[in-house]
Amino acid sequence: MAVQVDDAVPSAAAAVSRYDPELERIEIELLLEGIYRSYGFDFRSYAYASIRRRLWKRIEAEGLHDVSELQARVLHEPQIMERLLLDLSINVTAMFRDPSFYRAFRERVIPILRTYPFIRLWHAGCATGEEVYSMAILLQEEGLYERCRIYATDINEVVLQTAKEGIFPLDRMQEYTENYIAAGGKRAFSDYYVAKYGGVLFSPSLTKNVVFSLHNLVTDRSFAEFNVILCRNVLIYFDKTLQAKVHGLFYDSLAMFGILVLGSKESLRFSPKVECYEQFNGPEKIFRKAR
Amino acid sequence: MSEISLVVVGASWGGLTALSQLVAGLPGDFAVPLAVVQHRSWHADNLLASLLQDLTPLRVVDVEDKEPLEPRSIYIAPANYHMMVDDGYLSLTTDPMVRFSRPSIDVTFVSAGDAYPGATVGVVLTGANDDGARGLRHIVDRGGRAVVQDPATAEGKAMPSAALLLVPEADVLPLNEIAAHLVSITASASSRGERKVKG
Repeated sequence: MAVQVDDAVPSAAAAVSRYDPELERIEIELLLEGIYRSYGFDFRSYAYASIRRRLWKRIEAEGLHDVSELQARVLHEPQIMERLLLDLSINVTAMFRDPSFYRAFRERVIPILRTYPFIRLWHAGCATGEEVYSMAILLQEEGLYERCRIYATDINEVVLQTAKEGIFPLDRMQEYTENYIAAGGKRAFSDYYVAKYGGVLFSPSLTKNVVFSLHNLVTDRSFAEFNVILCRNVLIYFDKTLQAKVHGLFYDSLAMFGILVLGSKESLRFSPKVECYEQFNGPEKIFRKAR
Repeated sequence: MSEISLVVVGASWGGLTALSQLVAGLPGDFAVPLAVVQHRSWHADNLLASLLQDLTPLRVVDVEDKEPLEPRSIYIAPANYHMMVDDGYLSLTTDPMVRFSRPSIDVTFVSAGDAYPGATVGVVLTGANDDGARGLRHIVDRGGRAVVQDPATAEGKAMPSAALLLVPEADVLPLNEIAAHLVSITASASSRGERKVKG
């Protein structure tokens, strides 16, 4: 059986005897420090195993042998940094991802939001915006959209531009339609978009109350007080120290009794803020700031 | 041979039956944490963990991001996430599928071999693809040990066969002997009753 080599594994046969995890950690720390000081991108507190895998992917793709070699190239050749940056900021998202979350949000959170005259939501790390459009659709269907202002932020200008344009690939619409229905959608999903430019263009009415903006969770501060913060599957890429810091930022940015939404396999159990929130019943990661 | 810090197990088609037998065969004092990657559908719920929990006194954990690795625990990778081993805990990622799989056995195995070089045991069970083979090779190249279910006893022979092709030096055992074998190769750890995981 042929075993393809299309994923990054250090060419271990050569490295067996000389692999030294402590030494490699030093190399990776130096590389990330170099990237930060030379280019300003701060990956120093990203989850180690995951960033290591991405670095090795680039090392293999460039035909290099180790992290130090990558460091030399990255510091001297901006075009290699550009390629590495793409590896390091892969954005995986989908519309109505985890439909049961949207259903729970409709059933449990919407009734609370109804009692508010004005609602501020923050989508932190919104990537290409699929979840922002999903939430906008849900809020429209629940008759709350006119009272909402959604702040959609990401560290990456390129993905934010995609989010603003609202054009998504046609070939994912079947999956998204299924998600939408499972999420308790009330209309035909195709009501919200038209086929255009080889993709689909979502209704501009969905972004009427959305502010897209650059924001760096690692370095930037809070910029308002929110009733809802959504940050799903972003913090998993951070190490525990940085996670704790960002949880501090979210806590400071939430109004009392505000809602924090994490990804379905994320937890506050390992965060110092765990005592400050109550989790709604059920498996969904919807938390309410309680103290 | 250094002591074992972690056992990682990969299974695909036919895995539920195989995992049930493996888990049921482990004694209640099996101290080394065991991390399981079972391929399953995107929308699978936590059923696998509760099924396995019924079969063992060990703690069966549905993994959440940054789950600490502890003795006498079995960790189940969630559907639709890759699970990576870090120093003392497990991290999840939503990175793209690796050769049509998420979770990918290779991703978990490679990170395990790197996090605990010389102290990881990789186990490849039944399956109808070749996930796990390259990860198992990596574990062994990092000084760890390999165990492969004898393809003749596997519902899906392709996956253990692929693993044996890349890791011919693996210990090959029928399914019903794998649990006892794990006990014996981790014995130095278990005999002290407490296995320390760094972190």
